[in-house]
Amino acid sequence: MPDWDLRDKACIVGVGSTAYGVFPETDAVGLGVEALRAAVEDAGISFDDIDGVILNRLPYDRFAEVANLQTPYLIPTEAHGRFSAIALMMAVEALATGRATTIALVYGNDGRSSKMKYGGGAGFWAPWGFTSPGASHAMMFRRHMAKFGTTSEDLAHVAVAFRDHATKNPAAVMQKPITVEDHQNSRFVCDPLHLLDYCLINDGGVAWIMTTADRAKDMKQKPVYVSGYARQDDFSQNSYPADDFWYPALQKVAAQIYGRAGVTREDIDGLMIYDNFSPTVLFALEGMGFCKQGEGGAFVRDGTLQLGKGRWPTNTSGGHLSESYMQGWALIAEGVRQLRGGQVPPERQIPDAKALQFLLATPVAASIILRND
Amino acid sequence: MSYVKPLPEEDKWSGPFFEAARDEKLVAQRCAATGKFFFPPAPVSPFTRDTNWSWAELSGRGTIASFVIMHQKYFPGFGDEVPYPVIEVELEEGVRLISNIVELGDRSLEVGMPVRVVFQKATEDFTLPLFRPD
Repeated sequence: MPDWDLRDKACIVGVGSTAYGVFPETDAVGLGVEALRAAVEDAGISFDDIDGVILNRLPYDRFAEVANLQTPYLIPTEAHGRFSAIALMMAVEALATGRATTIALVYGNDGRSSKMKYGGGAGFWAPWGFTSPGASHAMMFRRHMAKFGTTSEDLAHVAVAFRDHATKNPAAVMQKPITVEDHQNSRFVCDPLHLLDYCLINDGGVAWIMTTADRAKDMKQKPVYVSGYARQDDFSQNSYPADDFWYPALQKVAAQIYGRAGVTREDIDGLMIYDNFSPTVLFALEGMGFCKQGEGGAFVRDGTLQLGKGRWPTNTSGGHLSESYMQGWALIAEGVRQLRGGQVPPERQIPDAKALQFLLATPVAASIILRND
Repeated sequence: MSYVKPLPEEDKWSGPFFEAARDEKLVAQRCAATGKFFFPPAPVSPFTRDTNWSWAELSGRGTIASFVIMHQKYFPGFGDEVPYPVIEVELEEGVRLISNIVELGDRSLEVGMPVRVVFQKATEDFTLPLFRPD
């Protein structure tokens, strides 16, 4: 039995997104429905065609009530951004097994206007003043600095590249160009991480419509195939900053993903890297084998991730650091638009993009390869 | 003056850790079958998935595995102290603790610095394990 039988079996045929910002006039459900309406229209389907729903960060029962989605298949997922990848994988499996034919995947977030706090409050390490995902990543990055000689300035190159992309994205929350010096001069939130190493909490919604490859052939948009994916969890350090940067788990994913997708790394035209904090980008690149472990800092210098400059244009929308923290969902939407061609401003288009790879460095290590042919 | 920093969340698993700290002892659970320590406190050993574990005292010695300087005011009780350092200590027995450094003097924090536990009474009920250079 082959180790992988899901290559190119499912497609993303619709994507939709709201504006990103502060929208106290609505809420996560409202934003999710707005994104879903856009995705339904983008896919050229009707709401009646949807027979499966996978939700992220949304109250499932209220969402189904408000969006008026009465289906035989609805699955809610937890608020963590890792569920962007997990949701997509679940949809592929549900489509392949015939549990559903047309799945709406919806993300809604009103974290900014609801003043969602990442840090403070209860927690095992709170008595020692340690809190927030950013601080945990700062702790990991200090270890990386000590072990490999990586520097804060290395991270600046990640932030600068993504911001450059955001200047070409009217939807991006931050569009003012920044320099390495701007990054270095931005205030510390948790030393060694500066403000410009952090993602942008905003309100917004993103939705994808997925269906089988057979159905996708005759639909409105050029289909984007899910060619392969792989996932390896490691929750063994869930209560700590991971001391291994999730490297072993990511290596396992790297060993599987290309064979499953039927491509080599050299076939990949661009990347979407889950950038909750800039160090995660280095951890992902190292773990997925784009460079050796410890060399991520040197790897991202000189515009390697920058469109028009480097070999690996990454987060062409600006990503979580400069577009908005839509927890992976908007990164995938950007990837779909890139692969369709002609749906982003020409200066933001990855020339002749055929294959893009999504990288996720978290306790759920995962990768997804999307293709258009 | 009342203590304004966050207090530990003592529950049935972490309770003995904080009880021991009141007696100025640093303890962790040790898996009987493997002899390995594990932390934070849990109902079963992650190595055997069973309840065959017991509390055992740690040497209190370790090294700084990493550290950060918190600049953001997340807790009112720490508000006046920002920026303040937080250290990740890898203890000789293999378990890690997130804690604070005391008695640093004019030394600067460094990964690899040897440290030893000290205890600071926070309230009548809570004593926190902290670390000083060893």
